[in-house]
Amino acid sequence: MSAPGTVAWLARHEFRLAWRDWRSMIAAGRRRRGRTILATLAVFALFMHGVAFVMLPRDIGAGEIDKTTLLVVTGCVVLSFSLLLSQSLESVTRAFYARFDLDLILSSPMLARRVFTVRIAIVALSLAGMAALLAAPFIDVLLLRDGWRWLGAYAVVAAMGAVAAACAVALTVALFRAIGARRTRLVAQIVAAVIGAAFVIMLQAAAIMSYGTFSRFAILQSDAVVARAPAADSVVWWPARAALGDPVSISAVLAASLILLALAIAAFAPRFGEHAVAAAGAAQMAPRRQRAAAIRPASPARALRHKEWTLLLRDPWLASQTLMQLLYLLPPALMLWRSFAEGTAGLVLLVPVLVMAAGQLAGGLAWLAISGEDAPDLVATAPVPAGQILRAKVEAVMGAVAVVFAPFLVALAFAAPLSAFVAALGIAVAGAAATTIQLWFRAQAKRSHFRRRQTSSRIATFAEAFSSIAWAGTAALAAAGTWFAVFAAVIALAVLGGVRLISPAPA
Amino acid sequence: MNFISLSEPAPALEIVGLHKRFDRPAVDGFDLAVRTGEFYALLGPNGAGKTTILRMVAGLLRPDAGAIRIFGVDALADPVAAKQVVAWVSDEPMIYDKLTPFEYLEFVAGLWGVDAATAQTRARDLVGWLGLSDHAHERCEGFSKGMRQKVALAGALVHDPRLIVLDEPLTGLDAGSARQVKEVLRARVRAGGAVVMTTHILEVAERMADRIGVIAAGRLIAQGTLEELRERAGSGRASLEDAFLALVADEAAA
Repeated sequence: MSAPGTVAWLARHEFRLAWRDWRSMIAAGRRRRGRTILATLAVFALFMHGVAFVMLPRDIGAGEIDKTTLLVVTGCVVLSFSLLLSQSLESVTRAFYARFDLDLILSSPMLARRVFTVRIAIVALSLAGMAALLAAPFIDVLLLRDGWRWLGAYAVVAAMGAVAAACAVALTVALFRAIGARRTRLVAQIVAAVIGAAFVIMLQAAAIMSYGTFSRFAILQSDAVVARAPAADSVVWWPARAALGDPVSISAVLAASLILLALAIAAFAPRFGEHAVAAAGAAQMAPRRQRAAAIRPASPARALRHKEWTLLLRDPWLASQTLMQLLYLLPPALMLWRSFAEGTAGLVLLVPVLVMAAGQLAGGLAWLAISGEDAPDLVATAPVPAGQILRAKVEAVMGAVAVVFAPFLVALAFAAPLSAFVAALGIAVAGAAATTIQLWFRAQAKRSHFRRRQTSSRIATFAEAFSSIAWAGTAALAAAGTWFAVFAAVIALAVLGGVRLISPAPA
Repeated sequence: MNFISLSEPAPALEIVGLHKRFDRPAVDGFDLAVRTGEFYALLGPNGAGKTTILRMVAGLLRPDAGAIRIFGVDALADPVAAKQVVAWVSDEPMIYDKLTPFEYLEFVAGLWGVDAATAQTRARDLVGWLGLSDHAHERCEGFSKGMRQKVALAGALVHDPRLIVLDEPLTGLDAGSARQVKEVLRARVRAGGAVVMTTHILEVAERMADRIGVIAAGRLIAQGTLEELRERAGSGRASLEDAFLALVADEAAA
């Protein structure tokens, strides 16, 4: 047992909290549910190993390692790292701003830098663990096929976790100093979301601009990029070489990442208390004045719609989280722009992308409007039938989806009117389906817990995704003018029916 | 059901044989009648069922059995009509951080279907009474607990309810804010409304309530004016606190 107040003691405390948080999230207080979910996860892990087995080429890493291989592996590493950095920024921001125990800890005689040391180390560990879990099916298949050298990939994953945590700490502290505690939280969270999406989008956009294809790695394998890449023995390729099992690179990458993390902790830990106190001050936000306006006449439905839209527009973080899916529309927008010059056949590809994005956006907005109601008692005690309240909220969601997608549909209508019509129908149906799923799975939560909505009901999240995919497929087939669209629609309806069957009974 | 006869004016709130069970009975045959123009305080130890009762009155929970009438309207048969005249204020003010108090009042007025001109006048009066005028157009996100509670109270009053149901409304308020809230509530009672409030601050019940009900284990064990409760608790019970503790102890021993 470690002595109270030491780093080890704090680490034990943090691990215990994290473990209980994870366990309650999985089991939701029901032992049987926990076992069922663990069994489901085990089946899912097996399935992913099967997918990895089919997807991975048999000759990967075999023979001489050339620049093309190094470029593709580095691309994978950078892609994973961007996602880890995004997650890391989120976690580090929480370390500064989550107040539930900081007041207690900071009011104790405990040294603040110890708390920070432990929390950042745990961020690095949890990131590495998360990345290892996601990469495990692919690495395990490579281990089975090609031997122990692929253990190096796990080392690279651990190194990425450490570097991501170090970078996130440095970036957050830099933001603190540059723009102050109040804005840091919002900016860091938006930066995290943008970093998470940016790399994939940039690769796709570049691929479309160059080759008219959605393949993310086409550009990395192009002659032009290979010719301009550093020489094969450059330090730049160390992470890729480490992943491919080179022992020297593994040692170098691991050592460099741990030194970086240690330096970040040593440099920034002493200021932790100061930053946490500043963040606490920022929580007491200076009030923002709005333009005074007279009360406008409103029916209950109109009042509800107006409230939903106002809240969404006034919360830039929520708006950025909700609209993040729209970043993925950038590549299709590029394709649209190119297609005006090169014919409209490729525009059919846009339809499923728009429908998919609409389904996801509607799901997020529906969660905010239906589950993320911050004054549920107020709305429930209003003299308005429950059905009317729900209808108004659904109208608010569908109205927002319509506003977001209207410009795309108008642009598409000029180039391919039929595709635009099908896309409009698909957007309406996918949006309605995602909203319906959120209605079936509604559970009261704080609006600020939007990021945790996906963990609070994984079934709802998967159902929303499957439904959007099914409607996107239906719309794509309909836009292509094939009667197979009818079968796809039947599958989409079956998905919805299945979801209804497993949805909780209304309270 | 033993509702009061139609020849008498309908009480502001009438509860008969209310039952609600969670893991164990939370409300167990609760009866209550609150008159128009009456300030009624409901006291009881933690877990006695006070909040559950008030949530059922506000239409937030459905009872397992029993009846609730609000100004003669059966709240279980016609909840929308009952809600039209009731306001609910909980101990944890539920407001929207990104709205200003004025916008919040506009939203509540919309929900209750108050016409714009009336809502405008009431909103202006309420923010003035509650000392919120300087902050009426600032977002609520930086407000203190007391200010948030005052905004919630203003929301409860903007639709001019005839019955106000409050669950620990003074928790966390400073002395000045608490006094403002108490004055506003007394004014509502003087104007012919009715107030039912739970509180752990016995002094508030002692000074404000026309009648006080004591609840334990989901049942009303005693009710009356302060004098009547003192009498019931036995001689030598000088304060409401003494009377309350004696009544609850008697019930626990029974």
